[in-house]
Amino acid sequence: MIESAVQAALWQKSVVERIVQQTPAIKSFSLRLGNPFTHVAGQHVDVRLTAPDGYMAMRSYSIASPPDGSGIVELAIERLPDGEVSPFFHDVAAVGDEIELRGPLGGHFLWPQDAAGPVFLIGAGSGLVPLMAMIRQRRVEAQNVPTALLLSARTARDVLYAKELQAIEFDDPGFVLSLAITREAPTRETDFARRIDGAMVQEVITRLPRTPAHVFVCGSNGFVNIATDGALFAGLDAATIKTERYGG
Amino acid sequence: MVTRGFTGRGSGGDQSGRIPPGQHLVDNFPVLTAGPTPNIDTSKWNFTVKVGPKPAKVWDWSQFNALPQTKVKKDIHCVTSWSKLDTAWEGVLIEDILADAGLERPTDFVLVHSYDGYSTNVPLADLLADKAMVALKYAGQPLPRDHGGPARLLVPHLYFWKSAKWVKALQFTTRDEAGFWELRGYHIYGDPWREQRYTHD
Repeated sequence: MIESAVQAALWQKSVVERIVQQTPAIKSFSLRLGNPFTHVAGQHVDVRLTAPDGYMAMRSYSIASPPDGSGIVELAIERLPDGEVSPFFHDVAAVGDEIELRGPLGGHFLWPQDAAGPVFLIGAGSGLVPLMAMIRQRRVEAQNVPTALLLSARTARDVLYAKELQAIEFDDPGFVLSLAITREAPTRETDFARRIDGAMVQEVITRLPRTPAHVFVCGSNGFVNIATDGALFAGLDAATIKTERYGG
Repeated sequence: MVTRGFTGRGSGGDQSGRIPPGQHLVDNFPVLTAGPTPNIDTSKWNFTVKVGPKPAKVWDWSQFNALPQTKVKKDIHCVTSWSKLDTAWEGVLIEDILADAGLERPTDFVLVHSYDGYSTNVPLADLLADKAMVALKYAGQPLPRDHGGPARLLVPHLYFWKSAKWVKALQFTTRDEAGFWELRGYHIYGDPWREQRYTHD
């Protein structure tokens, strides 16, 4: 553990192996690690870009891939119009490029290895990324803890990993997928045609066989506040709710 | 290692040496919190200074607001890499809190506790000499709930996770006891100018 924490603090080179346009605003980047590590779903890496004049820009990105021993981590990065690092990834980065990163980092927003009860994941947009790693880790390790995902997106095209999520839902009765589509009518009966609210959070909780013992929420601060207030109103214990808010 | 094709924003954004390494400037004020945002009514709020397990003094909201109020303007630096310049705060300096409690240096270390169960450790030397306060206002307004209201610690020379939101107690400890993030992979001290982000930095 100590050794792995030491390694996590060291910068290493990775190589871009694959780039996929996942949604209009989000691309995924598969990075082959120079020094492979094993992460826990929910952890992030810090990525560092260096300009010819020595200027460096650092950002944290959640890992979308599960720990699968492949030596590759997948990041899914939303292009922020005013961003400095995300436009580089979207507009400049190419297969074969070297990217400096370190990790795995973060010791709080972590998939529970011994879940005490059902898991409730709530995300918006690219906030799905650490939650997707959890869904994938659960699947890779053939875990059967009942798990619900409530995912908000503007349109169906903006749902990250949509096909994979629907395939998992089809295949696995222990996984419940609920989409909140805010700017068009959803096509599935179980989805919602509105922004997240407390009633929606409470309704998705009833789609789980028991009260969730672990809740993970990732999105903008406003989204996270609505989701967590809904979960608290539904009677969930604040201590079971972990949040990650992006921006900055 | 130079990254192919990366030039940076090119805003020459160094701001006369006020941005620590690896940080970038923001104009907004991002909100990052590990759990739900607590809702603390000032009628139920109190603040405690403890020496070990023993409370040395407890203030309610009006008593705490009657302590000397100090205004500061500081640059702040979040470990997630954003920095914000010239943020304006108002609150009670830690030395004024300790003076009111009749305490000088019970021990050299402080563990800060919050209403949501959060904690973080700061050496006493980093809380004295105008370095830190319990802030009650931001930009002239009562501190918003998202930013730690009604009261948060402000230790601007350390990464901002040390500036605990929804603060409820300062506890003097004999040893430097790791807090919430310090137990979860983040640096025990957190100096942005030495990029002490993670445990082994």
